[in-house]
Amino acid sequence: MKDKTLLDHTALNYTLHRLAYEVYEQHTDFSNLAFISLQPRGIALGKRIVAQLKTLVKGQDIQHGTLDVTFYRDDFRRRDEVLVPSSTDLDFSIEGKEVILIDDVLFTGRTVRSGLDALLDFGRPKHVELLVLIDRRFSRELPVQPDYTGKIVDVVRDERVKVEWTEDDSNNRVILFSDDQ
Amino acid sequence: MSTLSTKHLLGIKNITREDIEQIFQTADNFKEVINRPIKKVPSLRDVTIANIFFENSTRTKLSFELAEKRLSADVVNFSASSSSVKKGETLVDTVNNILAMKVDLVVMRHPNPGACVHLARHVDCSIVNAGDGAHEHPTQALLDAYSLREKLGDLKGRKILIVGDILHSRVALSNIFCLQKLGAEVRVCGPATLIPRHIEELGVKVMLNLKEALAWCDVANMLRIQLERQDIQYFPTLREYSMQYGLNRALLEEVGKKDLIIMHPGPINRGVEITSDLADSDYSIILDQVENGVAVRMAVLYLLAGRAKSSS
Repeated sequence: MKDKTLLDHTALNYTLHRLAYEVYEQHTDFSNLAFISLQPRGIALGKRIVAQLKTLVKGQDIQHGTLDVTFYRDDFRRRDEVLVPSSTDLDFSIEGKEVILIDDVLFTGRTVRSGLDALLDFGRPKHVELLVLIDRRFSRELPVQPDYTGKIVDVVRDERVKVEWTEDDSNNRVILFSDDQ
Repeated sequence: MSTLSTKHLLGIKNITREDIEQIFQTADNFKEVINRPIKKVPSLRDVTIANIFFENSTRTKLSFELAEKRLSADVVNFSASSSSVKKGETLVDTVNNILAMKVDLVVMRHPNPGACVHLARHVDCSIVNAGDGAHEHPTQALLDAYSLREKLGDLKGRKILIVGDILHSRVALSNIFCLQKLGAEVRVCGPATLIPRHIEELGVKVMLNLKEALAWCDVANMLRIQLERQDIQYFPTLREYSMQYGLNRALLEEVGKKDLIIMHPGPINRGVEITSDLADSDYSIILDQVENGVAVRMAVLYLLAGRAKSSS
């Protein structure tokens, strides 16, 4: 099977815009809000959402951190290779904050579960929401649902969805492919 | 995704430079973890680790135990003085009995060189060497190199001096292997009686004059005189040793090294290998070494335990 483009550059840009506006619709005060991207693939999305929001809320500071969930995963010792962790960078307290977790593709829900566990080790947020670019809604293994969704994609299990970001944002896209090609 | 090239950590000699880099990279993450308000992650929650110490230890045992607990592993401790070893049980039998109680990983210190290698051949679990006689002490070498890397960056071409009782020191041997694998140049300095024969074959130059050696090096790792391992008198008196091979401020000023880094694997004999004021000075990274010890041991245990189940 050839790669299939789910969202091309233009469509992805519109989606990012919409996601930023949806967040803005729910949260007008950004002083108690923190965006936390899940390592590694939530980083690029988080950066772009926060950049969009900064143009909407001029002058307001937006807190944005990254969280690595490797040590909280539930498949340790259940895969052939040991997962190498990425860095966690949370230089603010999340105690009492409204937190929006960001990841690119919501699949089984296990990464988000690990993310919640990791997050709670840094304090007790007031509430936590989930923002994802792609929701593969029929693949869930845990009861996790996003609050903000870029696009819902219904594909079979062995097909993979990948979000590709280019450094200069000139050709970002979301593609669908299978492993056996 | 990656895996260490070995199932055990028996010595630095048996691991590759890539393994060392991977351990350091993982240790960076654990260092961040142990500086959080909640210093614990659940990675090893279904892993049981036995700390088997046939020889006394404070720092290493505590450091391993903290590393294990911060990874959420279950820990059992065992020391030879209160065990059936005294009743004549062999090492392999002792460990197999412990493993029969479903232990996944063994951390062992033993007074005999090669005890861990022997054990690794006969039991079916990952073994971490926490010091075997005068042979190797791999986690100490890793944490020493990690602390230096933190201070100096890349160790390639750095000049590192190991001073003192090289003959009885497992720290020296592991450090030599580790630092050389990372591209550093290592020399040793001490009384001729405490320098092992043929050490030059490891690519290590011997210097007998501490002042000249200090003028050469970027880092001085001061080893403790291991009186408990010395069966004969290797030097006349401690006072004389201290005069010849002890590090003090006057000597340092004479050599004129302002950016020298002083290390010590502990426990320090203040006033013998190093004076008290230098051990507590800005030159010293002794307490950084101890802090990094926990992070490095967490990395080693995490990488070995992650492998344990998949390879069995």
